[in-house]
Amino acid sequence: MFKRFINLQWKAFFRSSSFGKSLALKIVMIFFGLYMLGALVFVGAFLYEILRKVFPDQNPMWMLSRYLVYWVFIELFFRYFMQKLPVMDIKPLLSMPVKKSSIAHYILGRSGFSGYNILALCFFIPFGIVLVFNGYPIMNVVLWLTSILAIVMCINFTNFIINKSDKALAIIGTIIVLLYGLDYFQFLPVKNFFGPIFHGLYQYPIAVLVPVALAILTYWINFNYLKKKLFLDASLRVKTKEASASDLAWTKRFGDMGTFLQLDLKMIWRNKRPKTQAFISLFMIFYGLIFYSMDAYGITSPMIVFVGLFMTGIFLSNFGQLIPAWDSGYYSMMMSQNIPLRKYLESKVNLISVSIVAMFLLSIPYVYFGWEAIALNFSCALYNLGVNIPMVLFFGSFNKKRIELDTSAFGNMQGASAVQFFVLIPLLCLPMLLFFVSKLLFSFEIALGVLAALGIIGLLFKEPLMKRITELYRKKKYIMIAGFKEKNS
Amino acid sequence: MITTENLTKKYNSQQVLNIESLEIPKGQSFGLVGNNGAGKTTFFSLLLDLIQPTSGKIINNEVQVSSSEDWKPFTSAFIDESFLIGYLTPEEYFYFIGDLRGANRADVDKLLSSFEDFFHGEILGQKKYLRDLSKGNQKKAGIVASFIGNPEVVVLDEPFANLDPTTQIRLKAIIKELAAKEDVTVLISSHDLLHVTEVCERIVVLNKGEIVKDIQTSAETLKELETFFGE
Repeated sequence: MFKRFINLQWKAFFRSSSFGKSLALKIVMIFFGLYMLGALVFVGAFLYEILRKVFPDQNPMWMLSRYLVYWVFIELFFRYFMQKLPVMDIKPLLSMPVKKSSIAHYILGRSGFSGYNILALCFFIPFGIVLVFNGYPIMNVVLWLTSILAIVMCINFTNFIINKSDKALAIIGTIIVLLYGLDYFQFLPVKNFFGPIFHGLYQYPIAVLVPVALAILTYWINFNYLKKKLFLDASLRVKTKEASASDLAWTKRFGDMGTFLQLDLKMIWRNKRPKTQAFISLFMIFYGLIFYSMDAYGITSPMIVFVGLFMTGIFLSNFGQLIPAWDSGYYSMMMSQNIPLRKYLESKVNLISVSIVAMFLLSIPYVYFGWEAIALNFSCALYNLGVNIPMVLFFGSFNKKRIELDTSAFGNMQGASAVQFFVLIPLLCLPMLLFFVSKLLFSFEIALGVLAALGIIGLLFKEPLMKRITELYRKKKYIMIAGFKEKNS
Repeated sequence: MITTENLTKKYNSQQVLNIESLEIPKGQSFGLVGNNGAGKTTFFSLLLDLIQPTSGKIINNEVQVSSSEDWKPFTSAFIDESFLIGYLTPEEYFYFIGDLRGANRADVDKLLSSFEDFFHGEILGQKKYLRDLSKGNQKKAGIVASFIGNPEVVVLDEPFANLDPTTQIRLKAIIKELAAKEDVTVLISSHDLLHVTEVCERIVVLNKGEIVKDIQTSAETLKELETFFGE
């Protein structure tokens, strides 16, 4: 029986639509995948040395153990978004002469081999190997790795248990913040409390039984739950959330545009993929902290321009580059309805403009790092408004791939084509280069002026630019309609 | 109202539609029947400028549809579920269409209230998004949305498919009432010969992209069609 299941799985993988993607995209995805794994292996292998250098008087194993509690919760937090038990796949099996318990075993066992589990192992196994080379007893290390594997499985199965509620996510998020906060302000020695527990897994090899037992327990809970729920109407039906109608009356103030603005806002708020992307955009405001605090990059370096463009324009690039594919599900309606194309595009421009202004306002606290920060982000925002918005719309006219709005946003390449990678060059690299050259030739202030001036020029020529772009969309209309109709692209 | 001249559509070398001439006068209720692949949806898509004709043109109320957008204000359609916006509730969708077609909330509410029977309590006030409705209920919402804003041309592709018997009967009454209005031209395609002969004054049969029959509906029409398709 299981052999058959595995055969099915194999076919599902190799016949999936992602394998039919264009070659360029495949290469990029494989590259990113290998890069991620490579980076994990690399960090895992060198972590021992790093810890030795940073904390010369502490045992690296002990230092790592102190932080493992955060790993568990953070991984749980991220998995909530990324991993779902694929219960829908077994619908066709229900009416077959297969025991329910073997279906449940199959689907749970399969999740054990999911890629997310491999990520953590890629990190811990190299670390373990280095430990052995440094004279740690093999038996302890091997059993410690077994414990880690069991913990990964616990995380895997716990995720499926909590996956049903948003509340669990909020609780995990709160725990992470709370633990870190208590530790940071030294109210409670969280690290000192959990450190010995995790270190014990290494020190007393017999302790391996605890995580293994926990893993089996979580598996068993899931198994019982699943077995009971393997009916079409119970857990297998895609849950429908109660709709919350809202009329967003304030959008009426924008006149004709309000109608579209309202639609876009609902689109973002009620669909998983654009919603997560909007949240990611908001979080990116902290991106600057990484670079501003680094001494390697002075506040006037081109890298900081990149940061400025990125922070003010993250929504522009995330949302903008998939215009009009966001509306792909109902594009033929939009095109046969009483909608002038120009108004449709203009409402997108307004939405993006608001996002840029909002992100600039949020970035004002960076003035802490010097007045240059605010001046720089201001000119970057202007450049985004004037130049990058028309640019992103222009590249958008090449979109002809459908997007399913309700799929996850993480690592989702749906709707992406090689264009999305090329678009970043003119969007980010061009202004960086401009800045770099004019700063080299003249000064920081003039370089800022150049970016701002280009932005203002773009804004002045908005009318003819938009006219051209509208014309382009009109011409591409038939290709877009045909492309958006193709599912599984 | 709608004039078609030398219209052809080819995909690669395969011809899917070839209509030399077809004249649909204002106010007519027009039925299009044919087997799968006969070109019904292709014709409607061309009429709505969703695909480009290989040659020829369609003129809708003196506007050539492939070169101007001016036909949009008086034309409305429901072709398939890609005309629905899945993440809106039916009410929001109706108001959205109303906004586009210059009908305010009161107008839309008034129109909706006359379809209460048709909705059968399964559309309005359900706290569900359109994507979560059943296929049949989605269709009901889409069909009614195409009546918003007093359009002069209403295009419905396979409106009877997926509907339950009660709704089919109600829909027939609705379409008849709509067709009785002098200034509204209704275009319907269907696989169901009985329904289409009941509601349409004129029936055109497409076969492999060409018009093979053009009949004014009479008592014998159903029989005639049945013999034609039975062969």
